[in-house]
Amino acid sequence: MIELEGLTKRYGTKTAVDHLSFQVRPGVVTGFLGPNGAGKSTTMRMMLDLDNPTSGTVRIDGKHYRELAEPLKYIGALLDAKAMHGGRSAYNNLLCLAQSNRIPASRVGEVLDLVGLTPVARKKSKGFSLGMGQRLGIASALLGDPEILMFDEPVNGLDPEGIHWIRNLMKALAAEGRTIFVSSHLMSEMALTADHLIVIGQGKLLADTSMADFIQQNSRSYVRMRSPQQERLRDVLHANGFVVVEAGNGTLEVDGATTEKLGELAAENGLVLHELSAQRASLEEAFMQMTAGAVEYHAHGTDVHSGAAAPGPQWGTTSQGA
Amino acid sequence: MIEAVGLTKRYGAKTAVYNLSFQVRPGVVTGFLGPNGSGKSTTMRMILGLDRPTAGQVTIGGHPFRQLPNAPRQVGALLDAKAVHGGRSARSHLLSLAQLAGIPAQRVDEVLGVVGLQDVAKRRSKGFSLGMGQRLGIAAALLGDPQVLLFDEPVNGLDPEGILWVRNLMKKLASEGRTVFVSSHLMSEMALTADHLIVIGRGQLLADMSVTDFISANSADFARVRTPGTEPGQREKLTSVLTEAGGQVLSEPDGALRVTGLPLPRISDLAHGADVRLWELSPHQASLEEAYMRMTQGAVDYRSTDDRLAHLQPPVQPGQPGYGMPPQPPVHEVPQQGWYAPPPPGQNPYGGAPQGSYAPAPGPYAPPAAPQPGLPQPSDTPKDAR
Amino acid sequence: MAAASAVLQSEWTKIRTVSSTVWTLASALLVTVAMSAALCALFKSTFDDLSEVEQATFDPTFASFSGMILGQLAMVVFGVLVVGTEYSSGMIRTSLAAVPQRATFLFSKIAVAGGLALVVGLATSFLSFFLGQALLGEHRTDLGADNVLRAVVGGGLYMGLIAIFSMGVATMLRSSMLSLGILVPFFFLISQILSAVPKAKEVAKYFPDQAGSKIMQVVPDAMGSEKAPYGPWGGLGIMLLWVAVSLLGGYLVLKNRDA
Repeated sequence: MIELEGLTKRYGTKTAVDHLSFQVRPGVVTGFLGPNGAGKSTTMRMMLDLDNPTSGTVRIDGKHYRELAEPLKYIGALLDAKAMHGGRSAYNNLLCLAQSNRIPASRVGEVLDLVGLTPVARKKSKGFSLGMGQRLGIASALLGDPEILMFDEPVNGLDPEGIHWIRNLMKALAAEGRTIFVSSHLMSEMALTADHLIVIGQGKLLADTSMADFIQQNSRSYVRMRSPQQERLRDVLHANGFVVVEAGNGTLEVDGATTEKLGELAAENGLVLHELSAQRASLEEAFMQMTAGAVEYHAHGTDVHSGAAAPGPQWGTTSQGA
Repeated sequence: MIEAVGLTKRYGAKTAVYNLSFQVRPGVVTGFLGPNGSGKSTTMRMILGLDRPTAGQVTIGGHPFRQLPNAPRQVGALLDAKAVHGGRSARSHLLSLAQLAGIPAQRVDEVLGVVGLQDVAKRRSKGFSLGMGQRLGIAAALLGDPQVLLFDEPVNGLDPEGILWVRNLMKKLASEGRTVFVSSHLMSEMALTADHLIVIGRGQLLADMSVTDFISANSADFARVRTPGTEPGQREKLTSVLTEAGGQVLSEPDGALRVTGLPLPRISDLAHGADVRLWELSPHQASLEEAYMRMTQGAVDYRSTDDRLAHLQPPVQPGQPGYGMPPQPPVHEVPQQGWYAPPPPGQNPYGGAPQGSYAPAPGPYAPPAAPQPGLPQPSDTPKDAR
Repeated sequence: MAAASAVLQSEWTKIRTVSSTVWTLASALLVTVAMSAALCALFKSTFDDLSEVEQATFDPTFASFSGMILGQLAMVVFGVLVVGTEYSSGMIRTSLAAVPQRATFLFSKIAVAGGLALVVGLATSFLSFFLGQALLGEHRTDLGADNVLRAVVGGGLYMGLIAIFSMGVATMLRSSMLSLGILVPFFFLISQILSAVPKAKEVAKYFPDQAGSKIMQVVPDAMGSEKAPYGPWGGLGIMLLWVAVSLLGGYLVLKNRDA
């Protein structure tokens, strides 16, 4: 369990993190989302006591990070894939971490094995690809067999197998009752991994909610129905006060209803259905909707939202939209 | 148009790319997929004339890259976001590239605007985040207003807005009739961006087809069916009816049924005939990731895969992905078709191990496994080790 | 609190598993010994050409340490890299996440690296001394002579303290390049030049290297060097003060700044 209370970080006049309070609970994968510059990394660094908060506190299982005698046994973190000494072998990089927290050296071999780096354990980590560096970082997070794990952009540089593996790893760790906190820019990946979401924008908490609720609250969900008896179906739906949109191809879209209710309704009226499916917006759409006002544009220019900024000979003029 | 014919590259004893032939056509976004170490980067480097093929050739618009007249105005590429002199400002970096290719300086400001870096144009790129570096790389690729564009992992380091922007940019470029060739490890992103796919594994061509064809060729579509949760009898009844009719029925974790081998209207009719009410009847198409995983299983040049899949995977008969077994009611659990289900708890290295005792027991999600002797190098071999 | 012994062990692993440790310390030793030997041989062959004052104050012990002026730079590099690579590689974040107690982390590192530097420094000074004396022929002295043992041990301390001072500076500056860019010219050029400029040399006498090197002299004001307002141990004390200040500064920066 990680608890943040009124966590604030200012750099000069700029407030990077603004009175952030939330809890990361065990047993689920909690996703940490926010546009660039929202303060995600700063927050994660403060959680590990790498940056000093301007005010507010972070508690790990009720304790301040600095009070943890052997912190790797409580919390493991992957912050930066390349946060290792390149001139040292993967094994030795992990060994010195293990020793500092009195973790047996045999555990180093285990975690290297777990992340699949055993064949290159004795190689200097500076020659590692991004994906291998990421695996090494994940190994270091798992080293102390901690109850809390933090991952910042864990799939960076991994190939599809690696992405699939880390996703399942995180879910399995959560299923064991561990606390998993993961940040990512990849909405589609998050949608598959996280159960709970914490969304921040401009350093402030925007949402602290389950994945399903988040999507539901920030986008349109509807039920799609197809039937060979479309006319009658529409009449029945109208008669029961449902808002129906015809979407072409003989499909009807019904807002504000559950499939259960519509299924029963169809059965009562003896209607044959060829499709009855709940349609949800993607996490990405929901996220865009929610953060639309909270995106920091400082480095991204004005055209970020103009979609494809009309490339072509006349780009200069068309890119200033939005 | 990019055209590779019999492209082969060997580094010593290791064959990185073998006899690769494909075309990348204009007007669509072509995705370039493959596991780590499958030869994607090598292929991209050969397309750009950075590496010399051992055999075969690759041409852009009919010419090898090195013989292209004024290549920067015909081909733009984003290979490595950080391949920029850190001490230079974004603008002077682009300016130096523009001058090399005889592109007017005004164009530099245009592309800076396109990628949204105009505000930091004068800052030294050393302080750039990965995402900003990526935008600068994209600006460099667009500089010559080229007809052919190559992007290697373009969304790396970008935030959700940036990812959406790159996706739309690529689609836009393709819709203008340009040739857009994009490699990525992010299947979900590819599914949203690419129209066409070229998949390689161990340096050889595995697939060259449209995304839709790729997914349907490499996975089974299925229907999700739910009966009233209040009446368990209906579920049993429907299961046996569907099974009799030749469908394969598996159980999903939430109690829904996963039906393959029967079209939706037929399921509906059968349910109707059996007097079973439906609470859900929805068509599902497998994701690109699932399809990709299936296709590359055998070709993954990867130490972790074989072992992990052996654990994670259902007993799959080749050619009948996932559903090879004759259906027998008591309904089977859905195997790892979705592949997202976590492995059963208790079977993992941490499970029962008390704090401080580190029992070695690689769990089902353990990716590792020593590379099999005789296989080529582990996939993440250091790029500079070649 | 993280057990100091565990952190010491971890820091020892860190130090012995990077190749820069071996090459910096080996060059400190080899460069000092070789250059000292060469200069001793030169002194012997050209002794008669020296001025009378120089002949009168010839200090065979100090002469056998003359290579340290170059060798100490390798010690500076060692000290800087021990700390600086934590920052340049980003390892510092991993290290501090593992050992959040800043003082334990920093002083364990300094203890291990400083201890190693002292050991290598002592080996260097003894080797330089014996080889130098062997080459000086009739001008030689020996360990039993007055103050000679103090000077030889002092030479080793000097080398070790230079390394520790550099570690403190690198912790303050949090960058290898910046630290080397300041320390190497300082010890190799600025300190030497200023000590030859009137007025400035009054200040330069209190520089860590100028003050600390007095411990290596057996003959006061050996070989025409400037008079100092402090003795050999006083000089070492001044150097220790510098080291203490750099370590304190390093600790405060580490404690208060964001990693």
